[in-house]
Amino acid sequence: MDLLVEGVRRAIGLVLSGDREVLAILWLSLQVSGTATALALLLGVPAGAALALLRFPGRTLVVSAVNTGMGLPPVVVGLFVTLLLWRSGPLGALEILFTPTAIVIAQAAIAAPIVTGITLAAVQNVPAAFRLQLLGLGASRPQMVWWVLKEARLPMLAAVMAGFGGVISEIGASMMVGGNIRGQTRTLTTAMVLEAGKGDFDVAIALALLLLALIFLVNWLLTRLQQHA
Amino acid sequence: MPSFAPAVALVVALALVPLTAAAQPAGARTVILSTTTSTQDSGLLDVLVPLFERARGYTVKTIAVGTGQALALAARGEADVTLAHAPALEKKYVADGKLHRRRLVMLNDFVLAGPDADPAKIKGEKTAAGALRKITAAGARFVSRGDRSGTHLLETELWKQAGVAPGAPWYIESGQGMGATLGIANDRGAYTLTDRATLLAFLKRVALEVMVEGDRPLLNVYSVMELNPANGPRVNAVGGKAFADFMVAPQAQAIIRTFGVDRYGQPLFVPIAGKKDEDL
Repeated sequence: MDLLVEGVRRAIGLVLSGDREVLAILWLSLQVSGTATALALLLGVPAGAALALLRFPGRTLVVSAVNTGMGLPPVVVGLFVTLLLWRSGPLGALEILFTPTAIVIAQAAIAAPIVTGITLAAVQNVPAAFRLQLLGLGASRPQMVWWVLKEARLPMLAAVMAGFGGVISEIGASMMVGGNIRGQTRTLTTAMVLEAGKGDFDVAIALALLLLALIFLVNWLLTRLQQHA
Repeated sequence: MPSFAPAVALVVALALVPLTAAAQPAGARTVILSTTTSTQDSGLLDVLVPLFERARGYTVKTIAVGTGQALALAARGEADVTLAHAPALEKKYVADGKLHRRRLVMLNDFVLAGPDADPAKIKGEKTAAGALRKITAAGARFVSRGDRSGTHLLETELWKQAGVAPGAPWYIESGQGMGATLGIANDRGAYTLTDRATLLAFLKRVALEVMVEGDRPLLNVYSVMELNPANGPRVNAVGGKAFADFMVAPQAQAIIRTFGVDRYGQPLFVPIAGKKDEDL
């Protein structure tokens, strides 16, 4: 109990004093997970919309795969991305293993199915009559898709929150493909594991509070957008 | 879609920064060091690595994993230089031609730690093997790392020397790092094998005591090894050699000699560059 109280006290001090290393870790986590979420949106929104609006053989299979992907274990993604990026692996020539770019790739792979799945559900929830009406009013097909996406924008913000929340909290992939290198690929979650392993629980608690605050802040901003729209 | 645009813009703006920042020069100016968690957890590398980077103009990527994995990474050519503490396994890799120029860097020691109550009465036992036999006879709890780390490899060797096979229910495998393993041992009132540096760092939080120390097999010897460039297509042999040379040079050795005194009142490592295994 003493440890917890003392830990929280020192954690607040560490945050308030603007510890340079802690702030750099915070910033890196935000950048990496923000980028990964953006990439996941670029891939997942078109994919989800296409799956919702198109009918083709094997569609149920693909949708099942996407739904499975929404629960993709980060450590599995980490393992496969590591195998791909190894110097001796197929993408070894890029030399990006143990860089922030590698973490972005892994996290985007984790978030993309989440965004796809939620977009799919959101777009499917837009009544079919609305689409027919648009087409009947003379909208082209791309215009129709645009208006349907616009109609589904509120549930799709949930996709952003779920995707970002998922990747900023994950550790398995970041640890494996990033390597938790000080000043280079150390994120909030990997730093937390290291500090707890070293016995520096106060730093670990500080990082935990920062991570929670960061996730809350991002979700608060997105919720504001969603609820005031 | 007015309410959607700012969120997307925010995420895309964030997106552009790390991609440019991440495009740092790789290759010849980057050295990948595969090493054990104990060198990182002790904080020693946080002191030595920046010194090396400034002096020689390299960027070091330190991958701290269990010694078994650190050596395997090096043997696959996924690293450029390796710092490990499993002499028998290291010599095997050297004999296989995967690793070159194994040089001793520093040492400290392992101890058998256990709860104050000492249920197997091993305190003061002269040899680790003897203590392990007593633990087995008493069926007292023992927590193993179980992760092919240097500590775990030594533990396996000690059980072999003791001539007994540990097993359930009293033998617990944590599969985690030294710190977490000490926590479990403390919680379960169990014995464990630990390096002295990590035990010192955790003495504030765990009520474990040193039970057996000073036995010759408990020496914890760290060596630096360069890679055979044939291990992989992109090995930075020059950078790896530069780091290995740095670790055994007088400047690094002087830092190792006093490292830890400010925090623990005693140094965590003894520098031994230039010595041979048989001198120890």
